[in-house]
Amino acid sequence: MITHLPIQQPPDRRAEAQVIAAILAGDTHLFHDLIRPYEHTVFSMAMALLRNPQEAEDVAQETFLRALRNLHAYRGEARFSTWLVSIALNEARNRLRRDRAFESLDNSPDETDRIAPELLRDWREVPSEVLERLELRKMLQEAITELPVIYREVFLLRDVEDLSISESAELLGISVASVKVRLHRARIMLQMRLAPQLRRPAPKRRRFPW
Amino acid sequence: MIDCKHVWDRISEFLDDTLSPEERDLVQRHLEHCEVCSAILDSTRNILILTADERVFELPMGYGERLHARLEEEISVLRREPR
Repeated sequence: MITHLPIQQPPDRRAEAQVIAAILAGDTHLFHDLIRPYEHTVFSMAMALLRNPQEAEDVAQETFLRALRNLHAYRGEARFSTWLVSIALNEARNRLRRDRAFESLDNSPDETDRIAPELLRDWREVPSEVLERLELRKMLQEAITELPVIYREVFLLRDVEDLSISESAELLGISVASVKVRLHRARIMLQMRLAPQLRRPAPKRRRFPW
Repeated sequence: MIDCKHVWDRISEFLDDTLSPEERDLVQRHLEHCEVCSAILDSTRNILILTADERVFELPMGYGERLHARLEEEISVLRREPR
C-alpha cells in the first residue's frame, strides 16, 4: 500500500479556468491553490532533466513564478498543466545549455539503429508497491536520468506529463515522426534496462514460518 | 504473418494506438499466439506505468514551504504594483 503517497487527481478544467479568472481579477492569493496539484510533477520533470535536486527546485520555483507573472498570457487552449510543463521545459533547457555543454555526441545515438527489447517470459506484473522501496525508486530514477537527453525529454513530455504526440512535437520543435522514433527508443531502452532487474521477485518474507 | 522483430519495432506505436488499422491488426494477431512478444508488451507497459509515476522523484524536505513562501513574496509585489 502506498497510502502515504496519494496520486493527485487531475483538476477539473472548468473549475481551474474559474480560479485563473479570479486570480486575474485580483484574487492573487488563489495562485497557491491553482498550482498545488502540479508541484510534484514540475519538480520531477526538472529533476529528471537536471539530475540535481537543488537545481530542480530552482527550476520549479522559477516555473511557478513565471506562470504567476505571465498568467494573463495563458489563453486556455492548452491545458494549464501543459502550459506549465512548457515553461518548465524551457527553464530546464536553458539551464542545461548554460551549465554544461548540451549533451551531444555520445548522447545523440544514431536514430536509425534498431534496438530489441529484453526477452522476458516469466515476468509480467510490476506492482506499484515497488515505489515504496527505496532501492527500486533509485533504480527507476537512474534508468530515467541515464536516458540520452533527447529521449528523456520526449519520454517526460509524453509518458510522464501525458502530453499528446503533437503537443510534444510542438514544444520540442521537432516533427511528429521524430517524436515517435525517440519515444519508441526511450521506452525500449527503459524496458531493456529495467525488465531484467524487476524480474527478480522480492524475497518473500514470511512472518510465520510454519 | 509478421515476425517478432517487426512487432518490437511497433511496440511504442501499438501502446499509443497510432498504428494503421491494418498494422494494428497484424500486431494483434501476432500477440495472440506469441507469448514472448506479449510478455514484452506487458512488461513495457508496466515499466512505463512505473517510470511515469511522479513519485519516482521524491520532493526535497521543505520544498512546498519554500515554494509557497517565494510565491507569497511575489504575490505581494504584484499587489503593490497592479498591472
